[in-house]
Amino acid sequence: MDFLRPGTWEEALAMKAARPDATPIQGGTDVMVEINLDKGRPAALLDLNPVAELAEWSWTGDGAPMLRVGAGVTYARLIAELGGWLPGLAQASRTVGSPQIRNRGTVAGNLGAASPAGDGHPPLLASGALVEAASVRGTRLIPIAEFYLGVKRNALEDDELIRAVHVPPAAGPQYFSKIGTRNAMVIAVCSFAIALRPEERRAGTGIGSAAPTPRRAYAAEEFLAGELDWDGRGPLDPALARRFGELVAEAASPIDDVRGRAAYRRHALGVMARRALGWAWTDHTAGPAGRAPERSGDSG
Amino acid sequence: MRVNVSVNGERMSADDVWEGESLLYVLRERLGLPGAKNACEQGECGSCTVYLDGVTVCACLVAAGQAEGREVITVEGLSSGGGTRSEDVSAEGEPADGGLDEVQRCFVEAGAVQCGFCTPGLVVQAHSLIAGASGVPADAEIREALAGNLCRCTGYEKILDAVRLAAARACAARDTPLVPPQQGASDD
Repeated sequence: MDFLRPGTWEEALAMKAARPDATPIQGGTDVMVEINLDKGRPAALLDLNPVAELAEWSWTGDGAPMLRVGAGVTYARLIAELGGWLPGLAQASRTVGSPQIRNRGTVAGNLGAASPAGDGHPPLLASGALVEAASVRGTRLIPIAEFYLGVKRNALEDDELIRAVHVPPAAGPQYFSKIGTRNAMVIAVCSFAIALRPEERRAGTGIGSAAPTPRRAYAAEEFLAGELDWDGRGPLDPALARRFGELVAEAASPIDDVRGRAAYRRHALGVMARRALGWAWTDHTAGPAGRAPERSGDSG
Repeated sequence: MRVNVSVNGERMSADDVWEGESLLYVLRERLGLPGAKNACEQGECGSCTVYLDGVTVCACLVAAGQAEGREVITVEGLSSGGGTRSEDVSAEGEPADGGLDEVQRCFVEAGAVQCGFCTPGLVVQAHSLIAGASGVPADAEIREALAGNLCRCTGYEKILDAVRLAAARACAARDTPLVPPQQGASDD
């Protein structure tokens, strides 16, 4: 095994181009488990910790601003520094592992591993994030819903690395919900995220750990766009919430495995979706849309 | 490969490190520091918790090469500090308890140690919580901070007692109020 230590992003891209078989390592919370338990042995490790700019975040985008979250920004820092703009992603981040794991793990690592159970995926899907992939050939932005190709497979080419994830700041209430056996250190049995965008009269959704890949519940999103009384600000119709839950459950294609049965996952998704919509709608009717703080400074 | 790392303030290097080796293995097997314990090797148990550049991590999930040039503090590094009370000093003027850190002393006093395997990780994680807290943390905060440290003996109650005791003593030492003015305000 080789250990590659680039000092700069350009060096990292050159090393990945020369060694497409190298496995990038950031927080190590997935990669080292594989090695320690002898589940897989990469030909080389490409340590991205020394690339300082990966640990920064900044604002980007011309018309609609997006937060460009560097691939080295840990869950702990995302919660502390970006939670006001990205409440759904911050909620999901708080459920990742333990403080020690959140001090090392990153959303980009979640994307690189592309486990259907990764906690970062549902809120990224719900808010319409973009993955910034780079190689010596150039940079491209991959819409999040096109990024997941299969169980632990993503749209990255062999010579590409994740530079950052671009996430729009919340345009309305966002919620994340997750089923597990305890309130910490849990891989999701299944999970769900919702992001309301009242000005667009739309809601985004994300389903985790209930299909070969994280996925959106498109029919459920269309249902809310057409049926929610966006201007009324009245209480949520229980029948509408139930139907939304059914549509989310129907969008999943779960399996039976060690963490839960398919039927349980489908049932739980319906409940989580109904409740998350209720929480979000309560927030929406209580106050003006887009409670996120004003855009200000970058991390660097 | 060779790995150079500062451990407990001392520059150390390890040779013939395998590229897939963890920081935990290097600490325990190559640098003679067995305080951090090797248990689950997958970040589930917290027994190997150490400080890496000032934040707590599971040493089993840090590739040894990633620690190159960085600063590690292990549980061994906590006990060299002060905080020893006069009654604990022997006739020769040496600390009778080896100069334990206050968190370690509180674990002993509260009976928070049974088999002891999880203790080093819990001590480091509790040390981090108390160092960053502005008062005695609420029970929910303590539980959250220690959520990644498993103990199979104590049932955790004595551990919570130890952390509350250590936090109260840290407040007294810093002369800060036990209850911060806006507890929980940073929670959203």
